[in-house]
Amino acid sequence: MNPVRLPVKPPRSPMTWIALAMLASLLLLAVAGPLVGGAAADRPDLSAVLQGPSAAHPFGTDNLGRDLLARVLTAARLSLLLAFAATLLSATAGILLGASTAVVGGRARRWLGALINLLLAFPALLVAVFLAVVFGAGATGALFALAVAGIPGFARLSQTLAAGVANTDYLAAARVLGLRRHRLIRRHVLPNIAEPLLLSTTMAAGTALVALSGLSFLGLGVQPPAYDWGQLLNQGLDRIYAQPVPALAPGLAVLYAALTFQLLGEVLAGGVARRGPALRARREAPAEGRPATGDQVLQIEDLTVELPTPDGVIRPVRGVSLTLRGGEIVGLVGESGSGKSLTALAIADLLPEQARVTRRTHRLLGADLTTMTAKERHHHLATALAMIFQSPASALNPSLRVGTQLTEAVRAHRGASRAEAAEQAAGALRRVALSPTLLRSRPHQLSGGQRQRVMIASGLMVRPGLIIADEPTTALDVTVQRQITDLLSGIRQDSPTAVLFISHDLALVAGLCERVLVMYAGTVVESLPTDRLATATRHPYARALVESVPALTADRDRPLRTVEGSPPDPLTPPAGCPFQPRCAHRRDRCATDTPSLTELDPGHRVACWHPLPLPVQAATS
Amino acid sequence: MSPPRLSRHPWPAFLGRRTARLLPSLAVVLTASFAMIRLVPGDPVRAALGVDAAPALVAARRHQLGLDQPFLAQYRHYLAGLLHGDLGTSLVTGAPVAELVRTRLPATLGIALPAFLATLAVALPGGLLAAVHTRDGRRPRAELAFTAVTATLAGVPDFVLAAGLTALLAVGLQLLPVAGAAGAGSAVLPVLALALAPTAVLVRIVRVEALKVLSEDYMRTARAKRLPPVRLYLRHAAPNMATASLTVAGSLLPAMIAGTVLVEKVFAWPGIGSAMAQSVVAQDYPVVQAMVLILGTTVLLAGLAVDLLLALVNPRSAIGEM
Amino acid sequence: MTVLQLSDITVRHDGPHGPVTAVDGVSLEIPAGTTVGLVGESGSGKSSLVRAIVGLAPVHGGRILLDGREAGGHTVRARRRLGRRVQVVFQDPDTALNPRMTVRRTLEEAATAFHRLDRRTRAERVARLLDLVGLDPQLAGRLPSRLSGGQRQRVAIARALAVGPDLLIADEITSALDVSVQASVLNTIRELQRQLGLSILFIGHNLPAVCYVSDVVAVMYRGRIVESAPTDALLRAPQHPYTRTLLAAVPGLPATSPPPGSTPLSVDTANSAPLHAGCRFSALCPDGPGRHPERTVCTERDPQQGAADRPHRAACHFPSGTVEPDEPEDGLS
Repeated sequence: MNPVRLPVKPPRSPMTWIALAMLASLLLLAVAGPLVGGAAADRPDLSAVLQGPSAAHPFGTDNLGRDLLARVLTAARLSLLLAFAATLLSATAGILLGASTAVVGGRARRWLGALINLLLAFPALLVAVFLAVVFGAGATGALFALAVAGIPGFARLSQTLAAGVANTDYLAAARVLGLRRHRLIRRHVLPNIAEPLLLSTTMAAGTALVALSGLSFLGLGVQPPAYDWGQLLNQGLDRIYAQPVPALAPGLAVLYAALTFQLLGEVLAGGVARRGPALRARREAPAEGRPATGDQVLQIEDLTVELPTPDGVIRPVRGVSLTLRGGEIVGLVGESGSGKSLTALAIADLLPEQARVTRRTHRLLGADLTTMTAKERHHHLATALAMIFQSPASALNPSLRVGTQLTEAVRAHRGASRAEAAEQAAGALRRVALSPTLLRSRPHQLSGGQRQRVMIASGLMVRPGLIIADEPTTALDVTVQRQITDLLSGIRQDSPTAVLFISHDLALVAGLCERVLVMYAGTVVESLPTDRLATATRHPYARALVESVPALTADRDRPLRTVEGSPPDPLTPPAGCPFQPRCAHRRDRCATDTPSLTELDPGHRVACWHPLPLPVQAATS
Repeated sequence: MSPPRLSRHPWPAFLGRRTARLLPSLAVVLTASFAMIRLVPGDPVRAALGVDAAPALVAARRHQLGLDQPFLAQYRHYLAGLLHGDLGTSLVTGAPVAELVRTRLPATLGIALPAFLATLAVALPGGLLAAVHTRDGRRPRAELAFTAVTATLAGVPDFVLAAGLTALLAVGLQLLPVAGAAGAGSAVLPVLALALAPTAVLVRIVRVEALKVLSEDYMRTARAKRLPPVRLYLRHAAPNMATASLTVAGSLLPAMIAGTVLVEKVFAWPGIGSAMAQSVVAQDYPVVQAMVLILGTTVLLAGLAVDLLLALVNPRSAIGEM
Repeated sequence: MTVLQLSDITVRHDGPHGPVTAVDGVSLEIPAGTTVGLVGESGSGKSSLVRAIVGLAPVHGGRILLDGREAGGHTVRARRRLGRRVQVVFQDPDTALNPRMTVRRTLEEAATAFHRLDRRTRAERVARLLDLVGLDPQLAGRLPSRLSGGQRQRVAIARALAVGPDLLIADEITSALDVSVQASVLNTIRELQRQLGLSILFIGHNLPAVCYVSDVVAVMYRGRIVESAPTDALLRAPQHPYTRTLLAAVPGLPATSPPPGSTPLSVDTANSAPLHAGCRFSALCPDGPGRHPERTVCTERDPQQGAADRPHRAACHFPSGTVEPDEPEDGLS
């Protein structure tokens, strides 16, 4: 897929600073809390028992007259230490258990998986309560209880993450290299799952702290005379009706710590990411569009697409012009990143909202889309244009029946009744050589080729003037591909529908289309009739592209033609001709002036200052 | 080793397989609850009755509990007792534990189930709505606010929230009953305390799931058809995110049931959880044992119920995969 | 001399509806110093065969012989024994390299998997390997995220070569690459084969690409090899109807129209049609019982028997569209 999805930059939001400040304050509290509050925390004062908040005791006092603020501060160290220790223990054990599933044999993996599943069926808190009872009430018992209770969660997460690594080619290659298991885990599995594990360890520290406080709150954790926040909360709970502040103070401490870890995890997850600069959806002033001429189905001029990315605005489509007549089938070819799919999405007005589209003319079936309101455009596109996408496996909705997906567009836009729509759908299926009985089936019951036929039938339902097929056969086998292309070229024979066929496969386009446009770095570099494609391309890139395709009849002792270098970085497009840095024929002018499409022969246009000469045999024919 | 062929009647086969998967977990619960009382450090009877209890009384209680019998015989006896609905007797009150369970289980379910349903009712539409409004990076401020608020709420421990709610709503504003179970109003605070954090967790996950679905190819197909938004989101998006969202929701349910132990203690809610909390402190192990058994089994049955629900929502993936 | 000999290999997977036989009795020889191409559509079992050969998936039947000695096995020890001689490059440039390891570390790890090397030798080896696959040695310090797809596949090839294998298996290595990048990787493969005298098993679904690099081509269909022949002979006179269908479907520059009668009969339900005792292609075969009702032998008898005696080892009762069924010598029927 082309990069329509927008990547996101690592966070630098206020949340990062807040979370870091909260973490620092917690750590400070753990270190300094007992030093500050220690003496007051343990000094009974029978003259001031069970007092409410006052200047001397901001949180009040407990039943022995000890200052609660001091006790809450002092309890921080024990609470945090226990939570960290429990998290560390369960993370270590759980990660090793889970990560090892990626490198052991199938049977061992199933057993480990079943074990993890079994343990995971029980909530950690319940397991911890059980174990705390068994280990005996006390800090150590609670610590181990929590550590054990946390293992399955870590094991499952690392198992899932490790399974992702296990499916990669690099792990397969490392196994074929005969690397031993501990090495596979250490070098190939753990480093690649470390980030999400670090994140979940942070979150787990918060959970452990809350759970430990919960155990102490139940009387299963820290035992008097030692105390942590949970135990303080437990001791104060009875007073909550009379004196809410002393009762709630330790709870607030737990809450603060829990939120710290939660926010920290959030920041680590990059959930609060900064987006790329937002582009105003500024519409160009209605330009002097050309009037509709003749039987043109699509007329688009000077199409440019701008997309914001975290590193800056890119222009993946730059000044593309395109005209299709009724019944015509035109190929748009280019390598990945050439902008061919974005061109298609721009024509169909389906780009993401942040994308900024400008074009001088945009006419579809004679109607000028640039002057329409959004609503009018929406309605016109719905009936004038249909799109077929690359992957038939994912382009049909898996949870809706074929019939629903075929009929919904005509019902929404052409006002067809249910029966009329069903009738038309059966007809559409027949046109793509499928049985109307498939209306009742769901996409997963169909083969890849059948699904793509359904997609075509769905496109035909609205009787569009233009079908845009974006790599419709790339995901299909070559024998099926032929059937689909035959079908597309057959459609034009019984209707005036034009087809824009987008593909990376020059040979396929040559066999199917009448004209072809070759795209490179967001521009059309050559436009020519397909019968000239094999022998008479004039643009150096188009020529190289044609010659790099191996043919069945190729001389196997001659190396294939290649293009040195790689396509330009969209953030820093070269000056002048976009192909000039890679071009063997470039001269001075190429680096300064951008060539535009110029007609060389009737129907043959090239964007090049120095078009290649025609090969001898093509020139004479 | 190979999984059984999918039969022509997938439902009975599915039920059979799913129930079979329950058995090992159930065995773990049974064994763990049985072994607990034998594993606790020291003598549980003396611990419950106090150090100065008469030796004869201790011996009698031990005999009554069957602790003087061989281990396997005890296990057999325990299982046989369970089959007859005998959960033992409390060391403290001497009352049958089964009676305690019978009176208290409904109260626990009475807050756990509404809490779960409330979580679903808020999080599923909420997540979809949030995704629709923030997809493709639109409304970054709203997204930031959503993330910040849900992250904060997800971090609030249920028992701390319970205490806070008690202090704020009941004591401060005197709106709702603070403790005990007296009418529907008294369940509001426990349900809120139980449901808030899971709702915040779930609504985030549902949003992520919805964003995933919204960026699927078939959603692009549906958008290319220019369907009305309601149809786009409810007919095309919602069914495809149901399975993943409900699976996650199901995984929150056990924690919610376990959470009742703490929340009930705060609200003095007369359920299984508070009984467990009390008997843990009193070291009344037969009661703790029974509560572990009941809560463990409830968790397992809840998991079963969620899986069945999933199978109803999406028969193909649920039944086919298992 | 033969480097690798597969005889009667069978591989099964656990599918959602019970075990699926992905590879069904495949025999294949890879002579020393040659490139053997294996071509087939999705689901034909090509990749399962590769994973079985290198010990990543269990083999359920048949033998893998390396220089005439048994070499199969699913254990780390067996993989190490095999890994010294046979290395593999996989399909996906996105996951081909460990994202946390620089090119240098990746190559060093492979180079030292079986040999101890001192620091200087290691550095020289890395530079030489990069040079061999046509990469700038300056790239050694980069992480995979800063390489293009084509560059990553080249590093993966270099990693496989680092061991000094006798046989390189290339599993769809150009499928995810652009045409112009594919061309340069194909050139590299041919160049390597000549320079190092490697044996290569080149697997793909793109017939022209496979034919371009291969001396011998084997065609796989639904878990079986239906025809194998020297590349020129296969292209000139394909014997099996499936091979002809495949050849006819390949789009060419300039455009070629398919010869009449070469299109398969039905739509693409091929991979879901039930298997019977006879030929797997019979339901779709343009020369089979669908067009010639009298050819019942196609659905009754496995054409694999006697394949060795037919031209191109075609597993077809009517190779090249012959009228009489190709009788096996034991004369059943």
